[in-house]
Amino acid sequence: MNWKRSLIGAAIAIPVVTLLAYGLTQDPRELPNMMPGKPAPEFALPVMDAENDSIRLSDLRGEVVVLNFWASWCVACRSEHSILYDAAARYQPRGVRFYGVLYKDATGFARDWIARMGGQNYPNLLDPASHMAIDYAVSAVPETVIIGPDGKIAHKQMGVVTDSLMRVKLDSLLAVVDK
Amino acid sequence: MTRLLGLTAVTTAFALSLYGLITIVIGVRTRRPHLVRSGRRAAYANFAMLAVATVAMIYALVMHDFSVSYVAQVGSRSTPVFFTVISLWSALEGSILFWGLVLAAYTAAATFFTRDRLGALGSYATATMLAVGSFFYLLLVGPANPFRLVSPLPLDGPGPNPLLQNHPLMAVHPPLLYLGYVGMTVPFAFAIGALLSGRLDDTWLKETRRWTVTAWMFLSLAIIAGMWWSYEVLGWGGYWAWDPVENASFMPWLTATAFLHSMMVQERRGMLKVWNLSLIVSTFLLTILGTFLTRSGVLSSVHAFTQGNIGYFFLGFIAVALIFSLMLLAGRSSELHSEGKLDSPLSRETAFMGNNLLFSVFTFTVLLGTLFPLVAEALRDEKVSVGGPFYNQMTLPLCAALLFLVGVGPVLPWRAASVKEVKKKLILPGVAFLLAIIASFALGARHPYALLAFGFAAFAMVCNVGEFVIGAQARRRAHGESALTALGRLIVSNNRRYGGYIAHIGIIIVAVGIAASSTYSVEKEATLRPNQTLAVGDYTLRFRQLWGEEQPHRFVVGAQIDLLRGTKEVGRIDPRLNYYDSQEEPVTTPAVRTRFTHDLYVNLMAFDRDAGHATFAVWIKPLVGWIWTGGLIVALGALVGALPLQKRRQVTAARPTEVVAA
Amino acid sequence: MIGKLLLIASLLVPQASAPKTSPSDSLLEAQVREVGSKLRCPTCQGLSVAASPAALDMRNVIRTQLKAGKTPEEVEAYFVSKYGGWILLRPEARGFNLALYVLPGLMVLGGAVLVVVLARKWSRAGAGEVIDQ
Repeated sequence: MNWKRSLIGAAIAIPVVTLLAYGLTQDPRELPNMMPGKPAPEFALPVMDAENDSIRLSDLRGEVVVLNFWASWCVACRSEHSILYDAAARYQPRGVRFYGVLYKDATGFARDWIARMGGQNYPNLLDPASHMAIDYAVSAVPETVIIGPDGKIAHKQMGVVTDSLMRVKLDSLLAVVDK
Repeated sequence: MTRLLGLTAVTTAFALSLYGLITIVIGVRTRRPHLVRSGRRAAYANFAMLAVATVAMIYALVMHDFSVSYVAQVGSRSTPVFFTVISLWSALEGSILFWGLVLAAYTAAATFFTRDRLGALGSYATATMLAVGSFFYLLLVGPANPFRLVSPLPLDGPGPNPLLQNHPLMAVHPPLLYLGYVGMTVPFAFAIGALLSGRLDDTWLKETRRWTVTAWMFLSLAIIAGMWWSYEVLGWGGYWAWDPVENASFMPWLTATAFLHSMMVQERRGMLKVWNLSLIVSTFLLTILGTFLTRSGVLSSVHAFTQGNIGYFFLGFIAVALIFSLMLLAGRSSELHSEGKLDSPLSRETAFMGNNLLFSVFTFTVLLGTLFPLVAEALRDEKVSVGGPFYNQMTLPLCAALLFLVGVGPVLPWRAASVKEVKKKLILPGVAFLLAIIASFALGARHPYALLAFGFAAFAMVCNVGEFVIGAQARRRAHGESALTALGRLIVSNNRRYGGYIAHIGIIIVAVGIAASSTYSVEKEATLRPNQTLAVGDYTLRFRQLWGEEQPHRFVVGAQIDLLRGTKEVGRIDPRLNYYDSQEEPVTTPAVRTRFTHDLYVNLMAFDRDAGHATFAVWIKPLVGWIWTGGLIVALGALVGALPLQKRRQVTAARPTEVVAA
Repeated sequence: MIGKLLLIASLLVPQASAPKTSPSDSLLEAQVREVGSKLRCPTCQGLSVAASPAALDMRNVIRTQLKAGKTPEEVEAYFVSKYGGWILLRPEARGFNLALYVLPGLMVLGGAVLVVVLARKWSRAGAGEVIDQ
């Protein structure tokens, strides 16, 4: 055995092992979040159960908007329901606009779901071909987008929102509006 | 009861593997043969323990003994018995148990067949296999223990992953894969045995040749079966997506294939010794790395079925295996001298060196692509995807060159070829090359790589078939045998060589199938109302109606379609969607109609129950069936090559328990 | 179970447009597949937009944009602007990503040189001579 040479072997092995160790600390399913900071893409979509109404983002300029992409078949959306309900109850009176966006779902199921969950205190938009969802780079529901008064995306949550997150984000945006 | 039996068996197996490892190493180093023999017996007992544990698990699965954690995890009273039995490998813990069983079987068998013949080399090889085994048995006792107690006792379980209980090929693919993957441990262990014992001649290579060829056969079959399964279940009309899990099975295949060729150069000419050791060590490490990548959730994959908290255990094992074998290899490299000399640059030796270069670059490219997202994230904090378009761009030239070598290699003789002779031998294949290109161009092929693939395939086919023809004709002249007898005796007389050529022929057929089906498939996507028709190629599909059927473990939605060619009705197909309770998304069962020249592949993509209409994706893919057929021929070639048809030419002199301190 | 089925079935209901398959569409379809095969489907693991059954909506968006006169490159750029370079299955060959394309090439060259050097060394060697590999 030539021990000096054998150290070369060890030297090759170490970076490989380090890389793999790093890999273990990462979640490969995590997707990049490119949207924050970009102007929110325009949409004009009908409102569920009020098909003659439609909501146009450009009409909401200067306001804080919360968009929650959800579906009745999505399990995580159930746990998110009460958080969003509370946040809407608290912030809608202060001028924040809340909209649900139905993702790959049928209105019938959505209505049943809302009834089962005990109601929803904001309107839902219909995005049947997922055009809006793709514009907002939605990859899996739930996802929540918060748009600032400047029309730019202030935050995009991939996955379930928390109560404190809603408070922090919305309070800081409302502070800008109040100035 | 069953649970305790299984638990006792795996715990004993772990203890036995450590005992065997330690006694053998001490026995060899202190020259106490009785310790080595005791260690060997531990390897046999180890196999018995794993067999008991596996039988206990299958029994628990079939009896729906939900007190056993693995049964509670993958069992369900409504799952058919067949899928219940094969759910042994449908999740992490069961797969590790099965892996352990296969490894213990290989360890016991390889130890038994080489006992008392190889001295320190063989003893160290057994110790290496036991060391690898002890890691897997540690997993079974610790983080991947399938025999944990579940309390309170559940009444029923969720059943295995729906994707894995949707097709009978799942009964075939995983066992083949483990037989192939784990089989590579045998040549690896003997290589380590050679390095440790200092017996660096080609003994380890010769002793493990059959094991390597057999493992390679299983791995080849496993890859083909995996492709077939993807094709029949995933519903996207393809069979290979360059997914990390697929790459993980492919990389060791590439290095093992390179090894099968370069080992001949060492056997015949005494060259490439360090290289051969490196190849077999890489092959083994790649099987472990592949398992780590796919089982620890480091990379995302369509096939990442089983994940658990075993990442750090695996990482530790990879670190030890990698550092140990690379240090050993580097430390011994100065003692490995090349004995032979190259007589001519135009020889089979050089063709094999070219072949090895291409396989190495191929492996490196796949490894680079597989790990690059990790590297980019670690160094640049950037998310990058590496997928099909990258691999196709990078590896198609390599595939073309390899296909060319498949033809040239057999034509070139060992040592030195006369240019005149080679030219003469290549005239006919060259004509075939041109004819194939002209013919495929006339048939409408325009894609440059496809044209090249068809050309080289014809070239290589004539080269390889030519070897059989020339050999058989020589026998007929010499012995006056009939054509068929001559061919049979030719193959038996040198089964290694002709087995290799049979495998070549299989590979060529696979290559043609892949080239044709990936470049010339016709695809259509459409939504149909009942009785509406869709024309694809010369088929017409008439959608009749949707149907639904409640089955014990799932709900099936099918679309009845009448199939017409011209105006003639040729049959009915029913692509389906299967809804399992445990999963939101349905599992597809596309309708696949395989013919010699093409497959018709219809997948039900979506349906509207109320309106009665359905969306279909329809493919006509040429020559897909050739891939599966070619794969079987490859395996047949490997089998022929591995059979012990020839008498051992030189009996390895039984050296009395030769002990060399490392 | 049936309730669940109804629930799930809706998931898959595309906004069923009547099938239009005139010959001129086949070119468009080929383009949709071409663009889709280069993009990674975000909702599924590892498959491309062209291959994944779950990416029906994204294929529709590609189709719509191509029909509206965008070039395939512009459509790709749209998706990159949304999901980042992550969505490209073949990373752009610039910057750090160049390593992906350059390293295998270097290995071919290096390996070829090594094979030639070794071959020459070994062919010069006398029969009995022992050479360090």
